[in-house]
Amino acid sequence: VRHDTYYAAHVMTPLLSAPGEKMAAVQDAPMELDSEKETKPEILSDGTSNLSGNTASGTLSSPPLTAGGAPKQEDQQTLIAVLQFLRRNKLTESVDILRREACLEDQEDSQTLDGSGGGKGDGDGGDANSLLSRVSIASAAAPQSTLTPIPVKSEYDQPDVSVVLSAYSQQGDPSLYQVYYTGLKNFIESVLDCHRAELSQLFYPLFVHMYLELVYNNHETKAKAFFEKFSGDQECYYQDDLQILCGLTKKEHLKGNEALLDFRTSRFVLRISRDSYQLLKRHLQERHNNQIWNIIQEHLYIDIFDGMPRSKSQIDSMSGSFAGETRREVNKAKVFYGLLKEPEIEVPLDDEDDEAENEEGKPKKKKTKKDSMGSKSKKQDPNAPQQNRIPLPELKDSDKLDKIMYMKESTKRIRLGPENLPSICFYSFLNAYQGLTAVDFTDDSSLLAGGFADSTVRVWSATPKKLRKVKSAAELNLIDKESDDVLERIMDEKTASESKNLYGHSGPVYGVSFSPDRNYLLSSSEDGTVRLWSLQTFTCLVGYKGHNYPVWDTHFSPFGYYFVSGGHDRVARLWATDHYQPLRIFAGHLADVTCTRFHPNSNYVVTGSTDRTIRLWDVLNGNCVRFFTGHKGPIHSLAFSPNGKFLASGSTDGRVLLWDIGHGLMIGELKGHTDTIYALKFSRDGEILASGSMDNTVRLWDSMKAFDDMETDDFTAATGHIPLPDNSQELLLGMYHSKSTPVTHLHFTRRNLLLAAGAYNSQ
Amino acid sequence: MAEERRQKLCSVILPTESMKAIAESVGVGSLQEESCLALSEEVSYRIKEIAQDALKFMHHGKRRKLTTGDIDHALKLKNVEPLYGFQSQEFIPFRFASGGGRELHFYEEKEVDLSDIINTPLPRVPLDVSLKAHWLSIDGVQPAIPENPPPVPKEQQKTDSTEPLKAVKPGQEEEGSIQTKGQGASSAEVKGKEKMRMKPRSTHELSVEQQLYYKEITEACVGSCEAKRAEALQSIATDPGLYQMLPRFSTFISEGVRVNVVQNNLALLIYLMRMVKALMDNPTLYLEKYLHELIPAVVTCIVSKQLCLRPDVDNHWALRDFAARLMAQSCKTFSTTTNNIQSRITKTFTKALLDDKTQWTTRYGCIAGLAELGHDVIKTLIIPRLSVEGARIKAVMDGPVVSNIDKIGADHVQSLLLKHCACVVAKTRPLPDMVDQYKADYGYLGTMLCSHVVKARAQAAFQAQTVNRTTLTITQPRPTLSMSQSGLSASSGSRTPNIIKVPSSLTLMSTRPGTPTQPSPPATKYIVMATSAGAASTQQVRVLNEFVSLYLSRLPRHLYHFRACLTSDRR
Repeated sequence: VRHDTYYAAHVMTPLLSAPGEKMAAVQDAPMELDSEKETKPEILSDGTSNLSGNTASGTLSSPPLTAGGAPKQEDQQTLIAVLQFLRRNKLTESVDILRREACLEDQEDSQTLDGSGGGKGDGDGGDANSLLSRVSIASAAAPQSTLTPIPVKSEYDQPDVSVVLSAYSQQGDPSLYQVYYTGLKNFIESVLDCHRAELSQLFYPLFVHMYLELVYNNHETKAKAFFEKFSGDQECYYQDDLQILCGLTKKEHLKGNEALLDFRTSRFVLRISRDSYQLLKRHLQERHNNQIWNIIQEHLYIDIFDGMPRSKSQIDSMSGSFAGETRREVNKAKVFYGLLKEPEIEVPLDDEDDEAENEEGKPKKKKTKKDSMGSKSKKQDPNAPQQNRIPLPELKDSDKLDKIMYMKESTKRIRLGPENLPSICFYSFLNAYQGLTAVDFTDDSSLLAGGFADSTVRVWSATPKKLRKVKSAAELNLIDKESDDVLERIMDEKTASESKNLYGHSGPVYGVSFSPDRNYLLSSSEDGTVRLWSLQTFTCLVGYKGHNYPVWDTHFSPFGYYFVSGGHDRVARLWATDHYQPLRIFAGHLADVTCTRFHPNSNYVVTGSTDRTIRLWDVLNGNCVRFFTGHKGPIHSLAFSPNGKFLASGSTDGRVLLWDIGHGLMIGELKGHTDTIYALKFSRDGEILASGSMDNTVRLWDSMKAFDDMETDDFTAATGHIPLPDNSQELLLGMYHSKSTPVTHLHFTRRNLLLAAGAYNSQ
Repeated sequence: MAEERRQKLCSVILPTESMKAIAESVGVGSLQEESCLALSEEVSYRIKEIAQDALKFMHHGKRRKLTTGDIDHALKLKNVEPLYGFQSQEFIPFRFASGGGRELHFYEEKEVDLSDIINTPLPRVPLDVSLKAHWLSIDGVQPAIPENPPPVPKEQQKTDSTEPLKAVKPGQEEEGSIQTKGQGASSAEVKGKEKMRMKPRSTHELSVEQQLYYKEITEACVGSCEAKRAEALQSIATDPGLYQMLPRFSTFISEGVRVNVVQNNLALLIYLMRMVKALMDNPTLYLEKYLHELIPAVVTCIVSKQLCLRPDVDNHWALRDFAARLMAQSCKTFSTTTNNIQSRITKTFTKALLDDKTQWTTRYGCIAGLAELGHDVIKTLIIPRLSVEGARIKAVMDGPVVSNIDKIGADHVQSLLLKHCACVVAKTRPLPDMVDQYKADYGYLGTMLCSHVVKARAQAAFQAQTVNRTTLTITQPRPTLSMSQSGLSASSGSRTPNIIKVPSSLTLMSTRPGTPTQPSPPATKYIVMATSAGAASTQQVRVLNEFVSLYLSRLPRHLYHFRACLTSDRR
């Protein structure tokens, strides 16, 4: 278990701070740090050697992932020695920098580490720290031995928790807490309206911290009274957290509760205008209200901005997450949201196509079409990442054929719009007593996969073409490999059927995803594994282990080869199909990662979480480049617009939020659904957003209008918020009730027909 | 809702008694009060934690119901062995048991004999998961097919008809439907405005498919093929998309009854009544708007003096019974304080019953109609008339043979009276059943009534026994018309197809569904016939006229009438 802890810690470190070979952190490291520089490459080389000879096809030039326990431990020892030396000589700055770079979890040091997550800047230290603590807990509690985990666990997270909680030990008079809180409340209620909304944000974090302080110092009855008196004042969207909180009445409870640990370690972020902040500061200083001032100083992060104070509705639209709002600087990083250049395919098949067109008697049209397509693909999007920013698999012949098919189909695509709504074909799963949990369609809509709570995965053919297995090895030997129809001959006609079952998981399947080439299927399950299935043989090829806890979602990269998964262990992992260990671990969420999606250019991954936040991660270096707050419930669906510029997210609160990735802003809110939104999809050209929900409806929204109405320039982006129009009703183009079928999945075919899927619920 | 939840937020803790009981059940005899308290707090906290984790599994399982499986998975997360042997059940009753001065909850588990399980035949294998595709929307419009929910839900049909201005586009109804009804209807100006804006709304056309459907259905309903008819009726009773055709159906039925009563075509009348029944069975239709056409038709079939060509042979009594049941059913469903259907119907029946000149057939219908309305009606309106009716029956039975028809009529009225009154008398009249007493109270019918009551009492006693023994197997007699069909097929089966002539333009005619009773030109032929025939049967025309005038004047001819009623009633 000890080994695990270190292993986990080391996996984290390079991913968070080290992009590629030479770390970005070097740039801000002053030159004086010669001595440390020597230690650093050591850590790296040790890992890179493991993966340097990866694959010819070009994987990510991986930062170190695996690390043997023993050598690592030695490195750590030397690092600690160096640190001690530096500290003795009062070189505090160097100590900080070294620690940041090496991401050492300094056990002797009881104060919380600030700025250990170098990649995200100083302010994000809390996150990285919480990660470390969380991973150590998670890995320590890995369920290999069910008999002993609890003592082991406490032994290892004890130091963490005590570090975290020690801040609470300084105590004021417990009986005065209510007075303090009431005093602040009265003050905030008496200030000018324009400041009140902003300052009201303070209530919730203060309330939680004061309550926890009371609990920590064993003032159980006082804590209870405090809770009862003020819990009613909190915003309704914090109800879920309050429910957890109200169960906590003892100091012992605090130790094991991960959610609280995170609340403590990550500072709650508030965004307040300078005027309001001055007002608050003056008040607290006048009153000598040190208790509250201390909490604000220590546990909150107040992001002060210049400009008009925000209105209540503006604040409400952005708040609601587990750890406050986004800091503005977090979303400043450049995101290459443009699409990759389409590979140019000269096609022998094109002639055939031409002939077909000729027969129909419109040869002229064909040419112009072709030209426009060509010019489009040649133009390089200024916002697109470099073609080889991350290594992508090379196109195979079959992929090229598929691309041609895609182009042909897309010429027949229906142009959608408010006047031209798509037809919806609903696939109902009948007799799914065992519970349908996940659905996916292939891009060409020919196959459909369903994951079920009874651990099975089923694949259906959505076309009349039946599913067939490849013949057995012995039979394959007999085939004439030179024949033209060899691909047809290898299939076993006897196995043809409408659907195929895939058995292998040992728990409910929560996510399924087809590979773009339709040869593979991924499924993630409660049993902690992600499995890769072959759709040629209909057998399991690989079981990717690593999450250890339920894996809530998985998604294939649009170019294949990579995939991402996210689960209860609060991290998302990036995998390559030919590696049994993850290439990247995206850590930072404070609760379960509930859904994961790849950006259309495959350079980014977006994750939604139970902590009610959305994070966009850079696949290249593992950094979190966007952090979105605003949802009031766990996020259960995400969708990128086809041009890669926008993101839509749906959650249990029944709202769809729209985000501008480039500017890092919320740009729209679509209200209407009355239950969890489990499915979101943009039409192929991005004009229409379809959302499907537990409330048995499919709704269509005018996404074009939603995006066009927004004026997002760099100026508005600077403040980090823009006024949101309340125009859900105008944007809603259509609502279609199913009889009694919650909508689990939505998919636009290449011709813009909308396919919906869900399990019919007979009650 | 948030408020309610807040109330519950403050920590709920398991009672310490439960701790004690659980401790005892695992063999720990005496537990200190403090340990109980500490335990219960700890256990409550842990249970909450597990419940919160279990919720995650519910959400990811895309369900609204928490299952025991979710709890098991949540336990697994915490490295706790799951609880084996618990299955998700819809209903898990907790029982109370008190003993030793305290109350206990327990879950009743019966001991199961293995041999029982082995010997019982295997249950049916559950069906495999299958996939079915249908169109949820075609170019943005939801097709009205059985797989989709009814295009216009009943609630909205109601708002459409009562609040035409509030009718909103689908998709925006959240805001539209909240507004209260009946507002602003009082002032004349508003009315005028509504009138102005209502006109374009009321013109709507049926699509070609709908016209075809209407033609097929109506032909099948009155055609000669019984299998087809059953299918058509089934379709009317279940199809969710009939809303738009409702005015046509309603007109079809009322016109059909009008014509066929005059022609004494019993079979067709029966078919039409079955259509009414099917319409009433359809849960997606808002029929209130069309009662002014349907009720007169139904009442005609109950009380009309003559319904068939050979009243002495044909079983028109069954039709009267069936229609009476329909009438009772519609009274139950549609009668409100505003339209007073039940009291108006009752008044009409009683009036006809009190009239001395009423024919036996009409008399039978009136009694049947009243009797179906329930025991209270029988008690207050029929039983007091028993002696008078008895005397009248006696006059026919014992008197000189005037006509065979009268005798048959009297006979049917007698058995009808006995049938309905016996059970009511059995319930209300105290024992003993003395024949003389009955004779004194009920006159001529007393003797027979007495024997019927005795029978009814015996049967009731027998039923009570069976009810006690088994749990509850009350079979409610449902009105069906299969029996009358058998009697009819011989007499009228051959000449059905071309007798009913539906106005051919009906499919295209009614551009204003709200006022379909206004006579339309193509129907004149029949109306003329109706009046000419009416001279012969004044009784029938009187009753008919009464109803038509009643319903045309009072029921919503269009909505402001109805609305005015509504508002005035509210005040």
